[in-house]
Amino acid sequence: MARVVSISSKVRDLTGGLDAFDVEAATVRGLIRALEAKFPGLGDLVENEMSLAIDGEIHQDAMLEPLSPGSEVVLIPRISGG
Amino acid sequence: MSRTVVNAIVNGEPVAFLGGGGQSLLDALRDELRLTGTKEGCGTGDCGACSVIVDGRLVCACLMLAPEAEGKRIETIEGLADNGHLHPLQHQFLEQAALQCGFCTPGLLMASKALLDRNPDPTETEVRYWLAGNICRCTGYDKVVRAVMDAAADLRQEEKPR
Amino acid sequence: MSDGNQPPVDFKVVGQRPIRPDGVDKVTGRAQFGADFHLPGMLTGRIKRSPHAHARIVSIDASAAEKLPGVKAIVTGVDLDVGAGGDIEAGEHAAAMKDVAANVLAGDKVFYQGHAVAAVAATSPEVAAEALDLIVVTYEILPHVIDVDEAMMPGAPVLHDDMYTKGVTPKPAKPSNVAQRHVMGRGDVKAAFASAGVVIEGRYTTAAVHQGYIEPHACVASWGADGQSTIWCSSQGQFLVRAMTARILNLPLSDLKVIPAEIGGGFGGKTTVYLEPVALALSRKCGRPVKLVMSREEVFLASGPTSGASMDIKLAATKDGKITAAEMELRYQAGAFAGSPVNLGCMTAFACYDVENLALVGLDVVSNRPKVAAYRAPGAPMAAFAVESAIDDLARKLDMDPIDLRILNAVKDGAKTVYGATVRYSAFIETLEAVKAHPHYKAKLKPGQARGVAAGFWFNIGGESSAAVHVDEDGGATVVSSNPDIGGSRASMAMMAAETLGLPIERVRCTIADTTSIGFSGSTGGSRVTFATGMAVVEAAQKVVADLKRRAAQTWECDIAHVEWRDGVATCLDPSKNVKPLSMKVLASKSAKTGGPIAAEVSLNAQGAAAGYGVHVCDLEIDAETGRTTVVRYTAAQDVGRAIHPAYVEGQLQGGAAQGVGWALNEEYVYNKQGLLDNASFLDYRMPVASDLPMIDTILVEAKPNPRHPYGAKGVGEVPIVPPLAAVSNAVSALVGKRMTALPLSPVSVLAAMGKG
Repeated sequence: MARVVSISSKVRDLTGGLDAFDVEAATVRGLIRALEAKFPGLGDLVENEMSLAIDGEIHQDAMLEPLSPGSEVVLIPRISGG
Repeated sequence: MSRTVVNAIVNGEPVAFLGGGGQSLLDALRDELRLTGTKEGCGTGDCGACSVIVDGRLVCACLMLAPEAEGKRIETIEGLADNGHLHPLQHQFLEQAALQCGFCTPGLLMASKALLDRNPDPTETEVRYWLAGNICRCTGYDKVVRAVMDAAADLRQEEKPR
Repeated sequence: MSDGNQPPVDFKVVGQRPIRPDGVDKVTGRAQFGADFHLPGMLTGRIKRSPHAHARIVSIDASAAEKLPGVKAIVTGVDLDVGAGGDIEAGEHAAAMKDVAANVLAGDKVFYQGHAVAAVAATSPEVAAEALDLIVVTYEILPHVIDVDEAMMPGAPVLHDDMYTKGVTPKPAKPSNVAQRHVMGRGDVKAAFASAGVVIEGRYTTAAVHQGYIEPHACVASWGADGQSTIWCSSQGQFLVRAMTARILNLPLSDLKVIPAEIGGGFGGKTTVYLEPVALALSRKCGRPVKLVMSREEVFLASGPTSGASMDIKLAATKDGKITAAEMELRYQAGAFAGSPVNLGCMTAFACYDVENLALVGLDVVSNRPKVAAYRAPGAPMAAFAVESAIDDLARKLDMDPIDLRILNAVKDGAKTVYGATVRYSAFIETLEAVKAHPHYKAKLKPGQARGVAAGFWFNIGGESSAAVHVDEDGGATVVSSNPDIGGSRASMAMMAAETLGLPIERVRCTIADTTSIGFSGSTGGSRVTFATGMAVVEAAQKVVADLKRRAAQTWECDIAHVEWRDGVATCLDPSKNVKPLSMKVLASKSAKTGGPIAAEVSLNAQGAAAGYGVHVCDLEIDAETGRTTVVRYTAAQDVGRAIHPAYVEGQLQGGAAQGVGWALNEEYVYNKQGLLDNASFLDYRMPVASDLPMIDTILVEAKPNPRHPYGAKGVGEVPIVPPLAAVSNAVSALVGKRMTALPLSPVSVLAAMGKG
């Protein structure tokens, strides 16, 4: 069970206002599948437009990254730069 | 547009090109002579990227009409190195990392050469004011000014009788 | 400065200051930038732009222009084909492709002066200019809005009637200019303010400023009769140009080859497309190559500035200076289409400080300005201006040293940021301490001078990169990089390869490949190249070393474990073998006998980028008669991990500081009542020139190399533009005896603050 936290209002539009919830997943790929099942559109949004902070480390497109039980996953807008 | 043959000396060599209408010296250098080392940053004489030396005077090539080059001696960045040997200014710009993107560099080098041609021992303030017509957005000018001062010292050393 | 806690490092190339491999080309005029290409039969393209801030396009009549001899093609918005739309990674945010397309050539409305409406390709610049005049566009002029706060007011002209603010529940009933509302925070802000010892409040504004690269956007596009096309252009990412152009014209990626030219500055502003799809659409119509080059006026009018901002901030602190809570609302201009970096403003605002209770709201607001583009640490400098000004107020109120106050509140490793990342490998406190110990900070000010201090943060990123290392037959090496070299990255790539291979730097050269010659890479941006592409270079070089060792073992018929690689030479450690060491040169010359050419390519998605922190100190004086501010001394310190080529790292700090000083003192987009830009030239926009600035001293803090990078590099390019706005403003505020809250601090506003307006 991973704890998913969002700081993005785009996420809130898809979760009916929820900013934190639990999801069962062992990898980022699994997490994205579970998010899509729970809140249709959210998996796509996360996969295409967001970065993840997994237990404090920012990951971009890291689909194979494992999640341990109790992992905290923060959905953050994709960081790029100038 | 009527065009006339313009004869000039560019980097020590006689050249002839067709110029006319509203064509600037910058366009002639770049489009007719394919000397694209001289850059266009604004076309209005504000950035100095097109700095060249005409009969010993520093000029924005974008502000001079091409036919005005008739009979003139024009120095561009392509002529700054001597037979493959870098000018001390070029050498110091490289040594001191005085360029990042390198786009304003040809103009800065020609403006600096014009300065050192007339003032072999400029102060930092003199360098800064002389180069105030050459905008560099990358470096903050620190390394540029140091490179010009050190190149001036190198040139003074070369001039000294042995 | 080196750090006593780290074991001494013994690098031969990393940390040195060699001449960059592309240096001679760039000081002799040989380097080819965007506008320097010429093809046989090439046509000149020109773009017709809107004279109005906001208007509906009633009709475009190009019939007269089409008949003009020498005109070969004309295109308008209908010639673009975005297809299904969707988003693509671009600069600081994912930009909606339909918006990018509508920015490249307008649809049924123009949203700002200079918005592209039509384009022409002709046999000469004169014919192209005449053709533009013959294109008749009929407009229905609409009311416009420029200011960000005015754009949010009820009754403001609405730009997009399908724009319903995202991030608001329930969905708003009416469209507005607020594209999105971002909310982030933690803790109990209300309670913290209720029990605060000190409260600081302020409202701050910054003007829209342009990246100001000296090279205008330029490209040449050539459509092939078989549909295969080539674009030569100056950009921060050849793969990004390929992706966006292909999407806008609905082409398969494999049919489009993008060849990167040298790039004359970008600072984020060349992480999108303006000209390339237009040039290719023109070329497609007439079958000839088309060159498009922007004038400086077009660069100002129609390429990305960054957002002007309006911000409210409130800090709560204890009487001994510990910040306990902060509230902030940030309102950023997006320009004509959604997508300001306000979310990054929210994320970075307090990233330097450990604040328990935070409430941040960010609003992304459209108005009749050019669409913003990324600009060095997008979104961060404006937020830092407000935060660092408020912290300066706090220091004055508590009579504390501004650096001590920052040290007291600074984030440490292990702290959690408001956006979810844990602070790692940070040297912010070491950077603050380095500034405190620097002679500049201890130097006495002269009468009439004041000193300002401010800090700044940027995430730095990693991401997708590719690189190859080829061993030449004579034992030298070539690095193939996937990222345009915007500020000397060929040097750092070659240096890291040389260090890994054990070669002298002069034996390693670096080239930038086109989209068909190397694997995919993200853009040159986000301070990612030395980190991510550097990682790909080092891994490719490591593969080459492993291969060289294998070949040596094969030659000696020994176990590979007994082969040592050092300084470009393989040595056999097996005492039973009496063999001479094999140099790179020998191994390379005999490569055919040991398996063929020696080369490796690595494509990766680099994770583990470490954030950077900067602290700047600015001394200045003000001419009491004119209100003109002169910076007399400036020092920029930064947590850089490890500097691969220290001179180019110093250059990043100096250049960022200079841009920040311009942002603070001079630069702004000035609009008149008609919504038209009044200062679309270098002369009137007035970026800093050499005589405006002093030397800029630098302190490279190398206390915490990033362990996730083979040589400890952190991104360095963006951090240095974050602190200067407040560093300058804090000094000006001290001198005029009043908190300055609106940038730029032009002579007029400084005189007014001094009561002389």
